[in-house]
Amino acid sequence: MKCRVCRGPAIIDIRRHNANFCSEHFLKLCRDQTAKAIAQFDMLQPGDRVLVAVSGGKDSLAVWDILNELGYDAEGFYVGLGIGEYSGLSAEYATRFAHARNLTLHTEDLLRDHGFDVPHGSRAAKRAPCSACGLTKRHLFDEAARRGGYDAIVTGHNLDDEAAVLMGNVLHWHTDYLARQAPMLPARDGFPKKAKPLVRLTERETAAYCVLRGIDYLVDECPMAAGNKHLAYKAQLNELERTSPGAKFDFYFRFLLDAQDRFAEAEAERTDISLQACERCGAPTNNDICSFCALTERATRPVPLAIGRKPEEVAS
Amino acid sequence: MKVLLRNPARELEFDGPMTVGKLLARLDLNRESHLVIEDGTLVPADAMLAADAVVEIRSVISGGSSS
Repeated sequence: MKCRVCRGPAIIDIRRHNANFCSEHFLKLCRDQTAKAIAQFDMLQPGDRVLVAVSGGKDSLAVWDILNELGYDAEGFYVGLGIGEYSGLSAEYATRFAHARNLTLHTEDLLRDHGFDVPHGSRAAKRAPCSACGLTKRHLFDEAARRGGYDAIVTGHNLDDEAAVLMGNVLHWHTDYLARQAPMLPARDGFPKKAKPLVRLTERETAAYCVLRGIDYLVDECPMAAGNKHLAYKAQLNELERTSPGAKFDFYFRFLLDAQDRFAEAEAERTDISLQACERCGAPTNNDICSFCALTERATRPVPLAIGRKPEEVAS
Repeated sequence: MKVLLRNPARELEFDGPMTVGKLLARLDLNRESHLVIEDGTLVPADAMLAADAVVEIRSVISGGSSS
């Protein structure tokens, strides 16, 4: 197998490009595809101050590394979610990456700063763990971006993530979600701009990028994500990709180019939601208090003790 | 050859030599969702792994609910 660019020995094949690459030209491909996504969807401008949502996993560390390689002023933001040993390890990987490259990493800890963690929060709010986790991260990232005056929040969502979300939204015809599924959401109503520069790369490619760049990332999966539908959709899409290279890319990008605006227009006509400031934290919301403050209230509410039962039995 | 896998962590032994593609096929693993790593770098599908090779097969699938 030879590199398509230099004809030297290849180390990876990218079947949807019908091409093989050596290490040097594969890394260049990743940077070029990221730059192309940024330009294609008007994600960032030169000189923008960017806050990268960092988890210690391959995607967030890859996008942080690539943005710095591309010359962006990108700082990291890590949230400790309190998911046992997994959160401790993810913090170590994020911190080690930042220190080794002399990058600024801001941190927040859910239990220390807000009085609860994801396992307790999800149980108290009767939400799936991934739902409580996503809500929490979105709120804290938005708040950190507003507080720090950043121009955009960048996340490490890749092509597989977006294709899997699209599959879930189409299977259930969540037209409101389809209307909002875009690789760049402009700033609006107090929400900062959000961008996903890795949407042109699969997670096999972001993982390969990390291996070749010597980025030590947390390989193990979040224990609370095991068995969720998102992972099942990814597996199904990879089966399609096995027999039809490029299927994931076409599925997602044809949606973006040919269909997404139709859902967005219909949704804009259907809904006219006015937002107000959350009474507790000031974040934009269509209720008196935002979803995160409602979650916090439930998760930190004192638990009544039943006589003869241990506190953990009551909480579970 | 020695093959290291994760989730759960385990170590398997195979007679070699064998190509990466054949190894993945024997384990019924999809190339779209796995990387094969030897000595800290990637090994392409058509590469021949030596009988005494030590390789890691790493799943690249990750993530909870995306938003």
